[in-house]
Amino acid sequence: MTLRYLTFRLFIFALIIWVAASLNFLLPRLVPGDPITAMLNRMEDRGATVNNQEALIAAYRERFGLNSSLAVQYGRYLASVLRFDFGYSITAFPATVSSIISNSLPWTIGLLTVTTLLAFTIGIVLGALFMWRGTPVLLRLTTWFLIIIAPLPYYLIAILLLFLLGFTLRWFPPTSASLVNQITTVDWQTVLKIVQYSMLPALSILLAAVGSWALGMRAMMITVQGEDYITLARAKGLSERRIMLGYAMRNALLPQVTALGISLATVVSGATLVEVVFLYPGIGRALLTATNNLDYPLIQGITFILVMSVAVGVLIVDLLYPLLDPRISYERR
Amino acid sequence: MVHNWKLWLGLLLLVLLFASAAVGPLLIDEGATQPLYAAFNKPPSAEFPLGTDDVGRDLLALLVYGLWPTLSIGLIAGTLGTGIGTVLGLVSGYFRGPVDVVIRTLSDIVLTIPLLVVLILIASFTRTTTIEGTALIVGFLAWAGPTRALRAQVLTLRERTFIQMAQLSRLNNFQIIFLELLPNLLPYILAGFIDAIAGGILASVGLQLLGIGPLLIPNMGMTLNSAFAGGAMIRGFWWWWAPPVLVLTVLFLSTFLITLALDEIANPRLQSAA
Repeated sequence: MTLRYLTFRLFIFALIIWVAASLNFLLPRLVPGDPITAMLNRMEDRGATVNNQEALIAAYRERFGLNSSLAVQYGRYLASVLRFDFGYSITAFPATVSSIISNSLPWTIGLLTVTTLLAFTIGIVLGALFMWRGTPVLLRLTTWFLIIIAPLPYYLIAILLLFLLGFTLRWFPPTSASLVNQITTVDWQTVLKIVQYSMLPALSILLAAVGSWALGMRAMMITVQGEDYITLARAKGLSERRIMLGYAMRNALLPQVTALGISLATVVSGATLVEVVFLYPGIGRALLTATNNLDYPLIQGITFILVMSVAVGVLIVDLLYPLLDPRISYERR
Repeated sequence: MVHNWKLWLGLLLLVLLFASAAVGPLLIDEGATQPLYAAFNKPPSAEFPLGTDDVGRDLLALLVYGLWPTLSIGLIAGTLGTGIGTVLGLVSGYFRGPVDVVIRTLSDIVLTIPLLVVLILIASFTRTTTIEGTALIVGFLAWAGPTRALRAQVLTLRERTFIQMAQLSRLNNFQIIFLELLPNLLPYILAGFIDAIAGGILASVGLQLLGIGPLLIPNMGMTLNSAFAGGAMIRGFWWWWAPPVLVLTVLFLSTFLITLALDEIANPRLQSAA
């Protein structure tokens, strides 16, 4: 890896963060009307009377620095974003946006990391077995089924599972809404409870993701089957099993591992809407609360964190990739 | 191509959806999509085959009248995304050099940023409630994928002899791009377009699950949103949420089958092993 590539990659990373932060700054200012008047109007819509509106607006403008020039406001905004300071949530007032985010992040990261790794493992095994003559018909059919449902958005599968396993068969609790309140101490029972309540979101993500891994692996296996070294291995009289495991699968795996890296990089934003369907206490649910209440600081904070997490993840994958596959070099870029 | 069942099945499903969107409204009175048209929360009956929702709208009418708006989000967003992507991909791949660096870097950035997240941000601030508005936002964010895919194709095509031939016969760049390159890229553009239609609909319904986007005009996402807000699942009103889920499932399956088939046509090795 050259220094030039590293600088270029870091520059792109900084650019993404800058674009995300600037979008957050610009959007509220592009929309007609100012946020304070809009908020007062909303309060009045809900039946609250607000006295001394003029004075209140002036005080707020002063308090939030809206009287200074746009450039100064922009500079201040960028500085606070870099400190992850997104201000206070409107709906959960004394709580800051960053505290809400840091409370929900572990839930999302935990769920998505486990399900992504599981989906990857099951998917590549199924995809590879698909190309093997000895695979039972039942397993083949299962793989086909998973591949067919792979294009469905996560949230549709989540809705179907919620109906089937949550409400009709009642195998698992249909919502995880009460999960956070039930956690008082950390012991085996709590862990079991978390697993039980996370089953439906986890199954939805698994069902939706396994198929595309299997499909990708199958395509790579087909490509690899045509390679000369497979023909040579066969000519040497190696067993089919050995060709499959030691030659075909191993080589077909490499692009899949890269894809795994990228999908681990998008762990935080990967299944926002699955969380919404099950009210799972992660970042997606926080976003739902934010959009339902038009809690703009919270919306901005969450979207910024989601974009940033992907940018960081992809940066790490890009920098690690040459270590994984020595054939890749960034010299020529 | 003729023997690819995935292509034909996918196309058949898609045509069926468009046909129902066109014919359905002729058979049902539009008034039935309005609140207070019928009794609330009625299960399917002879009069209302899919029942009614919690404000007395006929759910069959909502389904039928909601089809076209849902499809049109996909069509507008898909056309816009694929259109911009095609032009940028052609320019980037054909001219190379600094233009290519800029376009490639920009599309890399857009591909990295999760689209739905930006969409949520923009839609919640602009409070877009129209089909067209949502479709435009989705479309303007959806060009990066097609740009990358087409650029890669152009890079291999431009080295072929027929392009060199065209350059030797003094065709100008404009003619080469539109008369020589573009026709050869049509299967890829079509695959990108189909993908973008599905992507646009996926994103807009996702927005609606979060309670933002076009929630005033009948469409699949609106019904799903109101079903969840009205507790259809807990109350066992399957006729409320299941029809839009079914329509969306058919839609995503059909676009998937078509892109899978186009992929096999472009890469015959995949087909032989199927």
